[in-house]
Amino acid sequence: MSTLHTINKSPFERSAMASCLAHLKAGDAVLIIEDGVVGARKATAFAATISAAMGDAEVYVLGPDLQARGMNEGDLVDGVKVVDYDGFVDLVTAHDRTQAWL
Amino acid sequence: MKLAVLVNEGPYTHQASDSAYQFTKAALEKGHEIFRVFFYHDGVNNGTRFTVPPQDDRNLQKLWSELAEKYNLDLTVCIAAAQRRGILDEGEMKRHGKDGNNIAPGFRISGLGQLIEAGIKAERLVVFGD
Amino acid sequence: MSAEDMDDEVAKKFLYVNRKAPYGTIYALESLEVVLIGAAFEQDVSLAFLDDGVYQLIDGQTTTGIGMKNFSPTYRALGDYEVTKLYVEKESLEERGLTIDDLMPIVYEDEDDDWEEKPSIRVVSRKEMADIMADQDIVLSF
Repeated sequence: MSTLHTINKSPFERSAMASCLAHLKAGDAVLIIEDGVVGARKATAFAATISAAMGDAEVYVLGPDLQARGMNEGDLVDGVKVVDYDGFVDLVTAHDRTQAWL
Repeated sequence: MKLAVLVNEGPYTHQASDSAYQFTKAALEKGHEIFRVFFYHDGVNNGTRFTVPPQDDRNLQKLWSELAEKYNLDLTVCIAAAQRRGILDEGEMKRHGKDGNNIAPGFRISGLGQLIEAGIKAERLVVFGD
Repeated sequence: MSAEDMDDEVAKKFLYVNRKAPYGTIYALESLEVVLIGAAFEQDVSLAFLDDGVYQLIDGQTTTGIGMKNFSPTYRALGDYEVTKLYVEKESLEERGLTIDDLMPIVYEDEDDDWEEKPSIRVVSRKEMADIMADQDIVLSF
């Protein structure tokens, strides 16, 4: 049993990302969407927290939201994977529940 | 799989409705069933037919209405949240003595029980909000 | 489809996650409205209060000055709707300088134990909260 956690806000705006990452269980996945994607950039004050989370969970970013904000895969913390909306759907079905951190 | 979607925010001010729309569309195109899209909080504002957004950008109400028509989607707007925010159908208009109604094609107004039912009947529930 | 039609199905575990303070936004109030309606469907309901959501349960909310309805008494009525599991995160309380004594006394009457009054609020650690979340079928966030 595993959870897909979605995060849609920047960690610099909201505590949602920090709170989500503090509640992960091994085998979970995290999908960062909308403004949340800025939190997955390498070399931010938050990068170490993202890296640490990858010990427990796969971390994904929604590609269209990255591109909309002028970013690409090369800008992300190492190990963060990019998916599109199709991939988002696959993540939802692959995990037993989806939990949104708003 | 049978999926359900909850949209907590209105059009344009938050990306939630766009994200929900793109997700729902992708799921349908992949052959999944969307049991219901439920609109709560300001999400009910997706269901008014009186928006006139700029022509050079997406028209979220039309997108949802057209998706509903193409796939026979159930777009349900919560009646309590709709009453608070002024989204009415003909029945609500008459019931509350208002001089107009604004529900968009493809959307219907119903109770919160429809959200609970979606949680019970669907295999996955995905929430889009602020 | 009505609540009665759900009888044949195994009850699902519903978790309502509350992370925002009351009154600044409508999420606390409207999520509570879902809980009340949902009670008729006899599912296995829990409420989680973490981060600023713990403020929803603070005792002594007086809203006359802001002109809004004080809906906090509704939490006290949850026991009557058989919603008896209100999980409050310990670290969230501590980070905010709060203790369980700052919260409303919320109880339910246990029909399996001679209607003895028991506390609905269960303070759990962050780790326990993660376990509770991982045990749910449906998680509703507002």
